[in-house]
Amino acid sequence: MSEFRFAVNVLPKDGILDPQGRAVEGSLGHLGVEGVSGVRVGRRVELTVEAATEVEARATVERLAGELFANPLIESYAIEWVDIHAGVAG
Amino acid sequence: MTRVGVVVFPGSNCDRDTLRGLELVGAEAVPLWHEQGSLDGVAAVVLPGGFAYGDYLRAGVIARFSPVMRAVSAFAGEGGLVLGICNGFQVLAEAGLVPGALLRNRGLRFLGRDVRISAQRFDTPFTALIGDSRPLRMPIAHGEGCYFADEATLDGLESDGQVLFRYVDADGRLAGTEADAANPNGSMRAIAGVMNARGNVAGLMPHPERASDRLLGSDDGLPILRSLVEAAARADQRGASAAQPVLVGAR
Repeated sequence: MSEFRFAVNVLPKDGILDPQGRAVEGSLGHLGVEGVSGVRVGRRVELTVEAATEVEARATVERLAGELFANPLIESYAIEWVDIHAGVAG
Repeated sequence: MTRVGVVVFPGSNCDRDTLRGLELVGAEAVPLWHEQGSLDGVAAVVLPGGFAYGDYLRAGVIARFSPVMRAVSAFAGEGGLVLGICNGFQVLAEAGLVPGALLRNRGLRFLGRDVRISAQRFDTPFTALIGDSRPLRMPIAHGEGCYFADEATLDGLESDGQVLFRYVDADGRLAGTEADAANPNGSMRAIAGVMNARGNVAGLMPHPERASDRLLGSDDGLPILRSLVEAAARADQRGASAAQPVLVGAR
């Protein structure tokens, strides 16, 4: 068995009202920033899965993403593989 | 006496009010702990308001996977009566037992205030004793109460009579669909409550149990609880195993 680490990025679907994104976008003027649009606020879930293969691990993450991390009615998600060893001081 | 169960999740905070409200309308109200896998033979289940499992991830989603919810899903599948109030509505929506989802309030603020709602049908187990479309005054207390479904689903809910309650103003005029004073969370088509296609599972954001005594400022919530308890009593008489259609009359 090996360990695989993934991140699931969840965002409100296109066209779904995102009051948080709108509030963040509305605040940008106070920072003196112009020309920024389309702000969407979501969440990111990182997790480690123990499995024989990456395909198997990814299938588990796919299931969790669709059933738990995101509500498919209102949110979309993208799964990202995270390199466990990156950033570890050698 | 008809037994009605009130589910207690870690973080539920309206369970006692709901138990008392059900007792006021003649039920034997019993708490059902979230870790139990059976419903103790109740004739109806209420999922109360609160912040089940801290509302972590999304309101209602973690509660959905609790042992008691597996039993509630099976009960609903057999035609059992289930009512979700506020957080309970969010749990039902996450579990797919009622259509749609509850989004963050359009104004982003948590809202604790009185609203008025009007029943859209009077032939359901949840509304049969309301009698007319007069505005019912009761509180809301939620951060995620903006009802959402896609346009096709909304059209289907309307044509199939699954919209149970809508936000109205004090004079009974339908609230706007953008957030306004009468529809403060900005629910689509001013929807405050819906039910499933079979008509045995319903959810609403306002709190009937907090409007169960005139001392609380309103007892407009009682007819909703009474409707449920009377429908549960009829279901009880038919026998728990007989999965009959539960609609009170033809549309």
